[in-house]
Amino acid sequence: MDKENLQKIASQVRRDLIRMVTSAKSGHPGGSMSTTDILTALYFEVMDHNPATWTRDGKGQDQFILSAGHLAPVYYSILARAGYFPVSELGTLRKMGSRLQGHPSIRRGLPGITQCSGSLGQGVSVAAGLALAKKLDGDKHFVYVLCGDGESEEGQIWEGAEFATHHSLGNLIGMTDWNGQQIDGPVESVSGGGDLQLKWQAFGWNTVTADGHDMEAIVTAFQKAKEMGKKTNRPTMILFKTDMGHGVDFMAGTHKWHGKAPSAEQCEAALAQLEETLGDY
Amino acid sequence: MKKYIDSGKKDTRSGFGEGLLRAGKADERVVALTADLKGSLKMDAFAAEFPERFIQCGIAEANMVGAAAGLAIAGKIPFIGSFAEFVTGRVYDQLRQEVAYGNTNVKIASSHAGITLGEDGATHQTMEDIALMRALPGMVVINPCDYNQTMQATIAAAKYQGPVYLRFGRPSVPNFTDPEEPFEIGKAYVMNEGKDATVFCCGHLVWEALQAAEILEAEGISLEVVNVATIKPLDEDAIIASIKKTGKAIVAEEHNMAGGLGEAIAGVLAQKYPAKLEFMNGGDRFGQTGTPAELMALYGLDAAHIADKVRAVLK
Repeated sequence: MDKENLQKIASQVRRDLIRMVTSAKSGHPGGSMSTTDILTALYFEVMDHNPATWTRDGKGQDQFILSAGHLAPVYYSILARAGYFPVSELGTLRKMGSRLQGHPSIRRGLPGITQCSGSLGQGVSVAAGLALAKKLDGDKHFVYVLCGDGESEEGQIWEGAEFATHHSLGNLIGMTDWNGQQIDGPVESVSGGGDLQLKWQAFGWNTVTADGHDMEAIVTAFQKAKEMGKKTNRPTMILFKTDMGHGVDFMAGTHKWHGKAPSAEQCEAALAQLEETLGDY
Repeated sequence: MKKYIDSGKKDTRSGFGEGLLRAGKADERVVALTADLKGSLKMDAFAAEFPERFIQCGIAEANMVGAAAGLAIAGKIPFIGSFAEFVTGRVYDQLRQEVAYGNTNVKIASSHAGITLGEDGATHQTMEDIALMRALPGMVVINPCDYNQTMQATIAAAKYQGPVYLRFGRPSVPNFTDPEEPFEIGKAYVMNEGKDATVFCCGHLVWEALQAAEILEAEGISLEVVNVATIKPLDEDAIIASIKKTGKAIVAEEHNMAGGLGEAIAGVLAQKYPAKLEFMNGGDRFGQTGTPAELMALYGLDAAHIADKVRAVLK
């Protein structure tokens, strides 16, 4: 892996999403910034995918489902930077007529989007269905799904967890953005009782924990997850310890930037902390 | 009038089971999912024939919807089966996001619909499901009338590209349509031609309306019976043609007033051919415990009540 290159991409993606959300005057920068490094590693190092031949059915490629659909800003930037659609389109986020809807939609013909999301807690189920189809079809590729830790308060996540274990979906790899924050405050103060890692283990999943802002640790965690999945025929959850708003000092470590756009001045201050590496859109 | 012969009572859910098996034999992309109701949904034969394509989901309907969406995205044709209430109201948001908005090729197999579910009572007897499913953009809504038509509708649903809601019931009821007649999605079937009044109906009410037509024929009343088996999209031309001919119409359904077939037809007529309609349905009520026949009589949804309503309309 080229760690420096991944870090450069991540810096540009954070610039993109902050500019996108600022321009839209709404959106979700906090979780987008906590998952930027994970998704950069996934799309630029880990996944076997090809934007040129990508189809919604995902045949012959790895697939990704964004369960936490409000992380659309980072998702769109990653897809554009990976070559799924022109980066010039990023500025249309949340604007009338845009293919970049407020939450990901398959309705607008935006390449790279496999399923709609936004209503929380449903992505593990969808990813399990995709993984089961791959198993039935003898396709050895993996299916990845990203959830939030707050999102994991949804009961359906655990229905999906049980289903994936029951059907021996070793080709399913989950990622939790374990940033400890949700809209109303720290997860522990809102609801999240119990140990998240033990919960996944109790549902029969392999678990891996990693620092979600250390590129080497992230890539290693994915490699480990794939090996565990193949070996055990059980799904694997990678719990990435992250900071909401990571990358900009005044946005980091708080729930306050979960769903708030920076002002023009705040945007400038944020961009000053993030190197422009690939050219702004 | 055209005579319909009951070839022997059968439950419409068994028609689904047979249709699923045939669809599965015709197309290997067909898969079946259930939430611990394989026997109730009559999926046993499919599961025995295609064990790898039968996917048991356990009592977790929300996940079943999502998993089906994933399978559909990957090119499968999933049928998800449960009781009508648990595969609509319980999972409405999942159906909305993963199936309707996501435009996935999922077929919702909805059994035990309406009060003819019987003894289990109101928790299981949905009278609101058609309204919920009609409200979802792009959703096809079908409620066939007997075993044969449910079998054919299942085969048609498998061939159709897009989300389909297929509603059927628990009890054994007369089986009287042609087992070989392919089901046409979007077509209203004129079961009996008449000239004095029209009964638009669907599901279990079609046989009741035909029985009412026989009763009324003896009194010199000519009743047209139209089986509106596809509630969405509605066969507007057939509905308008019938009411133009008879001038008087009743809509009978095993569903509540809000959002059902009656309001669907009223919506078309209000825009295109204003006409007075009478409604026979569950009103604004929940169901209750009883035998199917007792409940249909109590809620006024049997042949005798339809005949009474026609007489009243013609007075």
